[in-house]
Amino acid sequence: MHIPDGYLGPITYGSLWAAVIPIWIYASKKIKEILKASQVPRLALSAAFSFVIMMFNVPLPGGTTGHATGATLIAILIGPWPAVIALSIALIVQAIIFGDGGITAIGANCFNIAFAGMITGYGIYKLISSEKFKVQSSKFKNSDTETRRSSLSTRHLIGAGIGAYVGINLGAFLTAVELGIQPLLHSGTDGRPLYSPFPLSITIPAIMLEHIFLFGIIEAVVTVFVLLYIKKSHPELIGG
Amino acid sequence: MEISNHKKLWIGIAILIILSPIGLILPELLKAGGAWGEWGADKIGKIAGYVPHGLKKLSELWKAPIPDYAFSGWDKGGKSYAGYIFSGIIGAALVIGISMLIGKFFARKNGNS
Repeated sequence: MHIPDGYLGPITYGSLWAAVIPIWIYASKKIKEILKASQVPRLALSAAFSFVIMMFNVPLPGGTTGHATGATLIAILIGPWPAVIALSIALIVQAIIFGDGGITAIGANCFNIAFAGMITGYGIYKLISSEKFKVQSSKFKNSDTETRRSSLSTRHLIGAGIGAYVGINLGAFLTAVELGIQPLLHSGTDGRPLYSPFPLSITIPAIMLEHIFLFGIIEAVVTVFVLLYIKKSHPELIGG
Repeated sequence: MEISNHKKLWIGIAILIILSPIGLILPELLKAGGAWGEWGADKIGKIAGYVPHGLKKLSELWKAPIPDYAFSGWDKGGKSYAGYIFSGIIGAALVIGISMLIGKFFARKNGNS
């Protein structure tokens, strides 16, 4: 799901940079409103977790590899707007230092993973766990540990798992579409594609099948497992 | 301090970094390649039969200092795992440092502490 340099032509990577920059600006504004200095380590922990969990490549035997992103999990833990920033920092470091995802594709990868997949996963989590919406939305303001402690119900865990599953699949779908439209957008004088050469009929099944049947499930399991762990070790961090 | 409040979680990150070579070893054991659609220009040439011009040009735009979380010369067995862990430490340190700076910048503006 980390699109490298060269796969997307300028129309696509330019559009996605143009889409993600206002999202970063809005997320920064929201962070200014809600983030307390004491919550900064949580932002850093979340970004580090996302970076590290993406190093755990899960093999599809004989085929490709993929990994969890932790996007929905992080949105649940620190809120969706801080999550945009935390996830984008991880993705940008991956691109610049490790060549994991392209520089031109930073806009695309951040849009797909750090925004679209994350916000979808978080939205689904909210929807499923909505009866406690009031307690949930007070994340960064509420210091009443009692209400937080009691707010991770089975319903929240189910919502988190389904949200994580759908979120990563949405990110994967956007990736597949962005790659698959390249042959339609750009071709050279010889008529052959200039950038990613595979049509939608190849990119969508190739990327979606592996995410629907394996990587999506991994994302959901990681999300639920970490929430359970944090519920035990740091209940004050959850549900707020 | 907040950091000590989250001590177990920081330790969790450290444990994940130490365990990260699992992300190299499992794909090797099960003969899985890289992620779909994240191939270099050479591999694209083999799969598609040719290397698209635009793809080749853009793919040469940036040379990452630690490509694929691997250090040159440390590409086999134990050394590749050590390199992967080292990459994890460098990457996590950068990500944590940048998040702290950005977070502190915004939190300070917020006036809360």
